[in-house]
Amino acid sequence: MAVYDKIETREAPSSSKGALHWLRENLFSTPLNSAMTLFGIAILFWIIPPFINWAIINANFAGSTRADCTGDGACWVFVKEKMSMFMYGFYPEADRWRVNLAYALFFVVIAAFKLLRKSGLKIAIATMYFIVAFILIRGGFFGLDMVETNKWGGLMLTIVISAVGIVGSFPIGILFAFGRASNLPIIKSVSVTYIEFIRGVPLITILFMSSVILPLFFPEGVQFDKLLRALIGITFFQAAYIAEIIRGGLQAVSKGQYEAADAVGLSYWQKMLLVILPQALKVAIPNLVGSFIALFQDTTLVLIIGLFDLLAMVQLTGSDSHWLGFETEGYVFVTIIFWVFCYSMSVYSKSLEKRFNTNLK
Amino acid sequence: MFALLRDRKVRGILFQLLTVIGLVAFLWYIGTNTVHNIEQRGIQTGFGFLNGTAGFAINDTPVAYNETYTHGRVFLVGLLNTLIISFVVIILSTILGLLIGVLRLSNNWLIAKLSSAYIDIFRNIPILLQILFWYNVVLATLPSPRKSIELFGSIFINNRGFYVPKPALNATTISMIIAVFLAVIIIFFLNRWSNKRHERTGQEFPVLFTGIGLIIVLPIIAFFIGGSDMNLSYPVLKGFNFRGGKTFYPEFLALTFALTIYTATFIAEAVRSGIEAVSKGQKEAAASIGLSSYQSLKLVVLPQAIRIAIPPTINQYLNIVKNSSLATAIGYPELVTVFAGTSLNQVGQAIEIISMTMLVYLVVSLAVSALLNWINFKMKIKER
Repeated sequence: MAVYDKIETREAPSSSKGALHWLRENLFSTPLNSAMTLFGIAILFWIIPPFINWAIINANFAGSTRADCTGDGACWVFVKEKMSMFMYGFYPEADRWRVNLAYALFFVVIAAFKLLRKSGLKIAIATMYFIVAFILIRGGFFGLDMVETNKWGGLMLTIVISAVGIVGSFPIGILFAFGRASNLPIIKSVSVTYIEFIRGVPLITILFMSSVILPLFFPEGVQFDKLLRALIGITFFQAAYIAEIIRGGLQAVSKGQYEAADAVGLSYWQKMLLVILPQALKVAIPNLVGSFIALFQDTTLVLIIGLFDLLAMVQLTGSDSHWLGFETEGYVFVTIIFWVFCYSMSVYSKSLEKRFNTNLK
Repeated sequence: MFALLRDRKVRGILFQLLTVIGLVAFLWYIGTNTVHNIEQRGIQTGFGFLNGTAGFAINDTPVAYNETYTHGRVFLVGLLNTLIISFVVIILSTILGLLIGVLRLSNNWLIAKLSSAYIDIFRNIPILLQILFWYNVVLATLPSPRKSIELFGSIFINNRGFYVPKPALNATTISMIIAVFLAVIIIFFLNRWSNKRHERTGQEFPVLFTGIGLIIVLPIIAFFIGGSDMNLSYPVLKGFNFRGGKTFYPEFLALTFALTIYTATFIAEAVRSGIEAVSKGQKEAAASIGLSSYQSLKLVVLPQAIRIAIPPTINQYLNIVKNSSLATAIGYPELVTVFAGTSLNQVGQAIEIISMTMLVYLVVSLAVSALLNWINFKMKIKER
């Protein structure tokens, strides 16, 4: 009878574990790979140390006037001094609490959404929020001073435009998506024409159209302010993109769902709103977030038609005769704000994508 | 009456009828208002303005143009500049996007991370911000013409633009251009021949290397045959600026750099998702029948990856054409800047000018979607 002895497990060869192994495997496996690694390190050295030198080590942070900008690097004093312009534009200082309150209420609404289950209640709360936020920011009611839209600016204007664009374009987009998926020929062709027309032209031409041609469409005396015209243009522009995304979602819903809804005797709107749309939206959510990111980036275009959004503030503050020559700091600051907003949205959309993927399987 | 309304067909017709009535009423309303407003404000109508003298200068024109030319000519100049910038950016962003997309999947950890950082950084910064940054910060802080950065004694870089030698259109240059076309045609037929031979005999022919060789060698031969004199005109500093040679203006450069860098991130993502979509089994199958890694890439992975990567890439090309309109923020003289901008301000006929501008983009985008449909049809996996 053979006797088997258990052999002690041996240590892995030293060349296949540890940091050195990882380095060899991932960075220096072949001569080409090593060359690429060195190239990558060179790029990092070329970009990062000069940037840190400029932005932190040689930069000025303290002070309040141009005379405090003594270093070779960035002068963040400029950004600090102009911070209120970047955030609120010309919004009166005494009333800025109203904007902040609207921001704070937004987070309250988000928290309420997490707690509440009923979707009807959610829609009611969201609608309420928009009315309250509008009253707060614009004023003119309940003893709040009216703040004309030409005083709105900076990050606040960017957020207002994106929020109105997202919320306004959503129902219109859904309608056009339904229209395009409909089998009524006239409804379908109207929807297709609208969607393809808008998607075929650049946003800037739509903005030109809404700022130059739109006033011609209405009787004399009907006045649109500049912001409203931009909002109309952006909302109808975004609606076409939303419609296409939702149409993609509608196509992903299986035919059996439509038939089942018909079989239990639901009307067209009951079928679409209660059965089809919820499933379609679930599929479409990652793409919807993607298009919201695009919209957030596109809001910068309003500077071309003379509104002062966050990006326009760089040009405006940079032309202040007391602070000439600090545009670079302004651009870097604004870039960071835009980047943080867009990047966090894209991370969020990726996490949603993962969550919904597992649900589908 | 109400029983009739419950019929789905009748309701459908009724609903459509209401839509048509609503639409016609709306169009009639804005139509009459517009006509009234135009009369009130004394705005001219019609396209007669296209024959009127423009009276303004444009600094970067691909065709002959000066102040005495018409608005119709301005339209042409703008259109050509739109096409030029789009073409240049499409070529450059494809190259950069392919490179980044492939590097993103590299085995090299550092390179893969750098590529992914590049994508994450630049696609999350608004394109208009990037254009303005290049124009107002990077290019504006270059040295003045007198202190230009000099490369090879003939290329000058300063805050007025990039100045490079320009070949004259003589026998040498023309024969070199012909040589390039010739090389492309030869490669096309060589590829067909080698594919046929490969199917018949199984022998491989190194088309890639022969092709690269041809495209380099033929123009060089043509250079000597054509008289080996390109009669280059060199940029020379005269007074405050350079004369001669070819000038790339800062507007053009800022737009090219920003659009290329921005769009390349999207193309890189398309390339990456295309390559990743090819299932691992395909690569393993290729390896198991003994294909080398180059063969596996060329014959198995790429044909499948391209099918997935091409539609989003072509959509990005369309976005490039549309985004080129942002040039109006920095004044590169493309369609929106000169025609929907300067001409519109002079003539005031907003409806005609904006419609013409939109029509151009519509035609381009319809043409591109037709192309896309054709490619999708061609590329569809033919199941037997």
